[in-house]
Amino acid sequence: MDVSKKKELQALAVRIRMAALEAIHSLGSGHIGGALSICDVLAVLYGGEMRVDPQNPQWPERDKLVCSKGHAGPGVYGTLAVKGFFPYEELKTLNRPGTRLPSHCDRNKTPGVDMTTGSLGQGTSLACGMAMGEKLRGRDSRVFLIVGDGESNEGQVWEAFSFAAAKKLDNLVVLLDWNKRQLDGWTEDVLSMGDYVEKFNAFGFDTVKVDGNDVEALQGALERTRVGNGKPFAIVMDTVKGAGIKEVAETVMNHSLTVNDEQYTRWMAQLQSELDALEG
Amino acid sequence: MEIVYNGEMDKRACKEVLGRVIPQLVKEDPEIVYLDADLMSCIGTLKGTRDVADRAINCGIAEANMIGVACGLASAGFKPIVHTFGPFASRRCFDQVFLSAGYAKNDITIIGTDPGVMAAMNGGTHMPFEDMALYNTIPGATIIDVTDPTLLESAIRQCVNRKGVKYIRVGRKQYAKVYAEGSEVPIGKATVLREGGDAVVFASGILVHEAMKAAETLAAEGTQISVLDMFSVKPLDEEAVVEYARKTGAVVVAENHNRHGGLYASVAQVLCERCPVPAACVAVEDEFGEVGPQGYLQERFGLTADHVVAQVKAVLARKG
Ligand SMILES: Cc1ncc(C[n+]2csc(CCOP(=O)(O)OP(=O)(O)O)c2C)c(N)n1
Ligand SMILES: [Mg+2]
Repeated sequence: MDVSKKKELQALAVRIRMAALEAIHSLGSGHIGGALSICDVLAVLYGGEMRVDPQNPQWPERDKLVCSKGHAGPGVYGTLAVKGFFPYEELKTLNRPGTRLPSHCDRNKTPGVDMTTGSLGQGTSLACGMAMGEKLRGRDSRVFLIVGDGESNEGQVWEAFSFAAAKKLDNLVVLLDWNKRQLDGWTEDVLSMGDYVEKFNAFGFDTVKVDGNDVEALQGALERTRVGNGKPFAIVMDTVKGAGIKEVAETVMNHSLTVNDEQYTRWMAQLQSELDALEG
Repeated sequence: MEIVYNGEMDKRACKEVLGRVIPQLVKEDPEIVYLDADLMSCIGTLKGTRDVADRAINCGIAEANMIGVACGLASAGFKPIVHTFGPFASRRCFDQVFLSAGYAKNDITIIGTDPGVMAAMNGGTHMPFEDMALYNTIPGATIIDVTDPTLLESAIRQCVNRKGVKYIRVGRKQYAKVYAEGSEVPIGKATVLREGGDAVVFASGILVHEAMKAAETLAAEGTQISVLDMFSVKPLDEEAVVEYARKTGAVVVAENHNRHGGLYASVAQVLCERCPVPAACVAVEDEFGEVGPQGYLQERFGLTADHVVAQVKAVLARKG
């Protein structure tokens, strides 16, 4: 990847973090850890890998995203706002009465959100159906599915993965957010899931594991999924829950946190200086 | 049992009660096991159960499996208490509850937190307006719509030793104080909170407080109503329903649930069969939930004292 493209994607990831923080701070609290861990993959997806048109969010030929860990809504909304799917100012309506930005992703409310999620596990089967739908319609659109590692405790997730492989859904790209934490703390302590790469391979996926907070590594892994080979793709993203804001990442129980004005100002300044360094 | 309602909030949030009582029960009784689905920190049970970790089992985010495991433990003689958020404690695992627990007679206690609009900021996907309707269809089940922290503790202690499927729905926040601390409130019996001859409001959960506020407003206008706490949605105190319907001749049912299959449906059945009088409800219409602060949602879905007042006036007009 050339240096300028890399910087561009890194800058986009910072902008997405700032936007997510904007939304969460406006409310005073939110699912910050899981939103921050996926900002880099969102930057790569919406920074060029996905075929989307912010002016035409319902365009049938677009690629689709299912954020099955629907509580990461603020990360997705941050991305969509930065890309111009809706006005940036609207981020401040997160969870407010009558908002188009509810805490969990909702396809009937937010321009650019392709599927409703929030009850963990359900997005995986929905994504399979969507990928199958693309094939039946004769479209070459891809479906990207972000799944939480805690979420993968759900049996439905593995039913969906069996289905995807059995039906050869090679237009489905599973992005497993292996951030090692879920709501009650370390995934290893709550319910150890073993080796995801081995699991995905055993289920019949074309699997790679990458640094999920590194845009270059993500870009490389995603490029491999442009042409199908008869198997669904899995990218195990080795990430940090809370990535991009050191204090959040270092708070072990960072699933949902309050964000006060002082923290907001300090974290925004840190992100701004990163942005300046990348764009300066 | 002593009633101490004066409109003020109980200082203890129900989260604190859950965080204290569940670990206590596990420690007191070696037959009790506690299972959760990655939501222990949400009810404050993580720390308190550390030294009884073999009987405090975090199942991960896998609710249907958790119910099955609890049922297996019940068959080995244990008394499981299971917790997750309301929608995942009802819709998400309903067939497992119905068959592995209900039909197979493996007795378990299920606690579903943040019912109805109490799911507030978690939004529509987390907002069960139908959990009681589902549990109502399970033969022999018990359904408790919690009124306040004291009732919560009393209900959990009764449920663990009760037969069948037991479902307790409770918000983690504060409730208006109704019962004096330490009161035992027997399941199956409605509690009369206020006597008045013009109409009766059968209420449960957060709507008890709304109904009591409505009673004050109405009293100031010269209308006297009875208010009953129907926390025991199943088994329902049918005799109390009939008695107060006869006494007043006008019924309003108020619940943080939709009008289909919950308290209103159960009360209406009793009225139809035994004592037809004008009736109406303060409940969610045929709608899904949405995100927002609880106060906004109570307005949005029509679950406030003002709505109770309006419905009482409506049934009084029909009473003629
Ligand atoms: C079916 C279901 N059960 C429980 C929850 C409550 N919940 C929301 S997020 C979460 C933890 C998710 O962990 P993970 O998938 O690892 O997400 P991340 O670490 O990326 O935030 C839980 C238990 C839910 N939303 N859906
Ligand atoms: Mg995780």
